[in-house]
Amino acid sequence: MNKVIEGIAYVLGDDVDTDQIIPAEHLVYSLSDPEERKNYGKFALSGVPAEQAGLPKGNTPFTENGQSDSRYSIIIGGRNFGCGSSREHAPACMEIAGVQAVVAESYARIFYRNSVDGGFFIPFESIARMVEEIKTGDALIIDLNASTMTNSSSDKVYDLKSLGEVIEIIEAGNIFEYARKTGMIPSA
Amino acid sequence: MGMTITEKILAAHAGKESVRPGDNIWVDVDVLMTHDVCGPGTFAIFKKQFGEHAKVWDPDKVVIIPDHFIFTKDTHANRNIDILRQFVKEQSLPHYFDVGTDKYKGVCHLALAQEGFNRPGEVLFGTDSHTSTSGAFGMFSTGIGNTDAAFILGTGKLWVKVPESMCFEFTGKFPEHVMAKDVILNVIGDIGVDGATYRAMEWRGDAIMSLSMEERMTLCNMAIEAGGKNGVIEADDVTIEYVRQRTDVPYKIYKSDDDARYFFKKTYNASEMEPVVAKPHSPDNKAKVSDCVDVSLDRAYIGSCTGGKLTDFIAAARLLKGKKVKIDTFIVPATREVEQDLYKEKIGDESLVDIFKNAGAYLGDPSCAACLGGPKDTFGRAADNQMVISTTNRNFPGRMGSKQSHVYLASPYTAAASALTGHITNPAEFIYN
Repeated sequence: MNKVIEGIAYVLGDDVDTDQIIPAEHLVYSLSDPEERKNYGKFALSGVPAEQAGLPKGNTPFTENGQSDSRYSIIIGGRNFGCGSSREHAPACMEIAGVQAVVAESYARIFYRNSVDGGFFIPFESIARMVEEIKTGDALIIDLNASTMTNSSSDKVYDLKSLGEVIEIIEAGNIFEYARKTGMIPSA
Repeated sequence: MGMTITEKILAAHAGKESVRPGDNIWVDVDVLMTHDVCGPGTFAIFKKQFGEHAKVWDPDKVVIIPDHFIFTKDTHANRNIDILRQFVKEQSLPHYFDVGTDKYKGVCHLALAQEGFNRPGEVLFGTDSHTSTSGAFGMFSTGIGNTDAAFILGTGKLWVKVPESMCFEFTGKFPEHVMAKDVILNVIGDIGVDGATYRAMEWRGDAIMSLSMEERMTLCNMAIEAGGKNGVIEADDVTIEYVRQRTDVPYKIYKSDDDARYFFKKTYNASEMEPVVAKPHSPDNKAKVSDCVDVSLDRAYIGSCTGGKLTDFIAAARLLKGKKVKIDTFIVPATREVEQDLYKEKIGDESLVDIFKNAGAYLGDPSCAACLGGPKDTFGRAADNQMVISTTNRNFPGRMGSKQSHVYLASPYTAAASALTGHITNPAEFIYN
């Protein structure tokens, strides 16, 4: 597993729900068709109210000009990130846009579980509140071994919570690989 | 030390004598439900992981209920129904409720109940966060994503972290103008949208046990809006009778021990409950209806798994009978059974359907419809900066369609009273006068 994740921050607030992450009208596209699934990257985070999109300034689109890739690969969130619908399209659209990690104060459980079991990206929990510490566009480095996040733009280092018991699923890649490793399902 | 009902059901399905909150266990699944939005993704993952010709673990335990994007011209949405059909055919699945046939039901959570798939003591997972609804039957039920659903399809199992339980006890009698929707909005307002995260919300007390199954479903339905893993109410005679009419599959009733451990316990006096709304844009943004009477509205919406059951329409019709609505009012029965009951059920000599039509409301086909916005041609979808009062479950920005719209969540009584006046209105004004 990649022990260091480097990327540009995109900062959101509290209670970012999955209707904001991917509005329901877009849930019609195939997640398995290589071309069609790009729509999810294109509309990722498109339901976030403009003033909340890319804090502290806001009005910063996550993806631009109909692109399915975002320049931002680390999402910073507040409390209860990913609340609402169980739609796996939410973590999936973020991965399709290029997200490698989310760092939030806390998560809604289905979103957290989907992120881990589907292996879309790593959902870290911060110890302190990051939403007012990090600015959209800051260069971040997450060190998995040290459980820290460094803001290269300000040289500040922040502690992250240990990934705890889900680390085994994250290291395996997803719930299927984990189950194969532990002998619960036969190896492919 | 005793166990809660949630702990007992999970222990039994993990083959264990007992479990404790925080334990990670693998449970055997009794029912897996999926629908048109998450089914196609689930099936693709299942085939990728278990093989193109793999068979599901138990066809009798898989229930597929298309309900989200049904009455639309959206070609991708309609393609997804075809994917469901194809998978059902490949796997010879017996429990599929196809669009455009007599078998079509509508909203999955009520359809599960009405078709006899909610049975006390069982473990049910569904690819929809409001799967918590089924907990009203004294079972464990919760929402999952496509990946977990695909894992269940292949193995019949899923890992679960045993949740801590929170106990919400209501004693006494609810006032006549207060519905289960008011009760759950009150509780979510008290504990917040993450107040029950990772936890079970257990409902107890004589006021709760006096509620019908449909009202109990409303309470458990919105557990997710407090972040809850599941909502649960012990089965009693009311449950047994409802289930008896719908299935003869045997089941087992579990009850919480007297010395069960709760993370949180709060007792409410039911008679002190008041009608409330959740103001935009969060289900925990609670306000008394009586404090919101200045809010002018553009439309009222009565429907969804939360507020589109027969009980909800009887309540609405009671207020709308013989009157005219002042704003656009949308009536969307959750299922075909509810729709048929709108024709059968009468107040005086007038059917509910006639009451709604004569009041000037619009009637839609059973589905999730505008509860979650959906494709642009969805019935009742919020447009522009409309002010909407709705019996649905979420008022996040853009949830019912337009990102500029404002949604107030309310009970069917409050929605109907407000439809008659054009502003947020306490149903007591109509009920007691």
